[in-house]
Amino acid sequence: MSMDRRKFLKVAGISSILGFGASVASATHPTWQPALRPDQMDRNKEALTAKRWAMVVDMTRFKTEEDFTKTINACHTIHNVPDFRKPDGTVDKKFEIKWIWNTTYEKAFPGMEERKYQSEHIKDMPFMVLCNHCTNPACVRVCPTKATYKLATGITMQDMHRCIGCRFCMAACPYGARSFNWIDPRRAANLDPAKGGKVNKEYPTRTKGVVEKCTFCTERLAVGKMPACVEAAPKGALIFGDLDDPSSEIRQIVSNKLTIRRKPELGTGPAIYYLIGGGDHA
Amino acid sequence: MLEKALEGSKKYWAWVGFLGIFALIGTYWYIRQFNEGLGLTGLHRDVSWGLYIGQFTFLVGVAASAVMLVIPYYLHDFKKFGKIVILGEFLAISAVTMCILFIFVDMGQPMRIMNVLLHPTPGSVMFWDSVVLSGYLFINALVGWVTLGSDRKGVPPPKWIKPWIYLSIPWAISIHTVTAFLYSGIPGRHFWLTAVMAARFLASAFAGGPALLIILALIVRKVSKFDAGKDVIQAVSRIVAYAMFANVFLLGLEFFTAFYSGIPGHQHPFVYLYKGLDGHAEIVPLMWTSTIFAVLSLVMLWVPSIRRKEGLLSIACVMLFISLWIDKGFGLIIGGFVPNPFEEVNPYWPTLPEAMITLGVWAIGFMVLTFLYKIAITVREQTAGVEIDH
Repeated sequence: MSMDRRKFLKVAGISSILGFGASVASATHPTWQPALRPDQMDRNKEALTAKRWAMVVDMTRFKTEEDFTKTINACHTIHNVPDFRKPDGTVDKKFEIKWIWNTTYEKAFPGMEERKYQSEHIKDMPFMVLCNHCTNPACVRVCPTKATYKLATGITMQDMHRCIGCRFCMAACPYGARSFNWIDPRRAANLDPAKGGKVNKEYPTRTKGVVEKCTFCTERLAVGKMPACVEAAPKGALIFGDLDDPSSEIRQIVSNKLTIRRKPELGTGPAIYYLIGGGDHA
Repeated sequence: MLEKALEGSKKYWAWVGFLGIFALIGTYWYIRQFNEGLGLTGLHRDVSWGLYIGQFTFLVGVAASAVMLVIPYYLHDFKKFGKIVILGEFLAISAVTMCILFIFVDMGQPMRIMNVLLHPTPGSVMFWDSVVLSGYLFINALVGWVTLGSDRKGVPPPKWIKPWIYLSIPWAISIHTVTAFLYSGIPGRHFWLTAVMAARFLASAFAGGPALLIILALIVRKVSKFDAGKDVIQAVSRIVAYAMFANVFLLGLEFFTAFYSGIPGHQHPFVYLYKGLDGHAEIVPLMWTSTIFAVLSLVMLWVPSIRRKEGLLSIACVMLFISLWIDKGFGLIIGGFVPNPFEEVNPYWPTLPEAMITLGVWAIGFMVLTFLYKIAITVREQTAGVEIDH
């Protein structure tokens, strides 16, 4: 008996609803156990690993407008982040999605009242912001489906296939790091081939109705590459490494230089450190 | 008993049809939203919850308020509430139905709703909220149905239902406490990070829910032979007055903490809502309407000579309901998101499709309420004069 694809899917769908599919698939492993244990899997030998991935941002290394756009575009292009624009070419705030972007010192570090005496130059100094990959993230705590979760490397990850789009994580994140796909992201001009867009086939596009954010390039670390922003930024502007390793460059900087983090008083334990004063690194 | 909802006068069907039209319009817009995404709403990156979640929050309160009738009747043996208590329980059922629908229409991926059960996450308040809400729906449906069924047969309700009735009391408090925890347990949102959130939620619920019930009881008396009783309505209005006083008092505490402490982040949402911030004052007229209605209704409820006139009482209840609806169904959500974590003001205003979907859910809720009340009223009309001790 031959079966066309449509028919097969029907039968498969109905039988999995009834639980037959699951029992066939799990003939060898009970469903409550993962199919493979970590020790049964081969790890990519080139993969970069850490106990606590973190980043230092040295804003003094960003000199020109282009330094910022290059960094942001590297991330957004690789990860198929939709770029919704209004007819006049400005960003459409209604659908805006961003993983890493530029804001001002004043906005990145709100609630600092000594600002009265600061020059406009200082207040408006650009600051790169992205997900803080908190040690104690509010977004992970509130997620009702574990669609956002912590990796052992300290990265706060996101499962776009499990996310139900309740947006509790967006309310919970004190850093405004999360974006929601209000409409089909593939409709954006930069992703829709009909509008001259191009999709990076190496990375999945998302569906409408799910939340997304920076993942510290988990997919690149797995094949031994540094995060896209770190590669694209001016040399030494973004220092990425294992904070847990006492000999790492990032640890040296965090130990010996003055750095600040966004809203540390909230107890979230952000892993993005901003180097104050810049200068030579450790 | 269900068949009683299927027989009625022309007026009854005209009302059901009227609600049906709004339910259909809402469904049409929901199908569009389902296909196109939540981009159809006025929500954006900075205000990621809006009208839907506001309605959900407000209606959890309406649902919880049934307890204000259950406690006097079942715990204090306040016999006069015997007739109205079923109206409270059935109101709770329709309110929880609306809550569930509002959560559903707010989801980005509604087809994945079962993920909440497939990947239960006890650390998430939202998980517990879904547990307590469905539990509350079940308890009220069970209690309402069994007690009404006994009334119809003219026998006292079975003994086994009593524990369920007692369970409904803490359960009602739990649904609104857990809903408050959705907000008050997250860092970085000054407007929500307050320990009195749950207390305020309960106070506003115990004012708004019974106020709606008074309006409903007065309507029911007009359209049927079912009369909850003048002194019963007065007793409920006193509950509304006390609860509203507590609610206004608790709101006052929020203002004190924000402005006497002098912490700018705590003040910004209040300034945005009541005065306008960075040139944005979209919500200000609404918040002041809410404030004025709150004060006026409180005074009207407080003065016995006004409260005793049912015409004035119903006006007070309508004002109070609108006041709380604005405060909790709208202001509460907006104040949490504006200003955003960068202290930028990016306002939100619902779109027409969003408003239509919201109206549609209310219409469905009121349809459920109409059917349930029709059943209760018909049973009560048939057993008129026979008082059964519960």
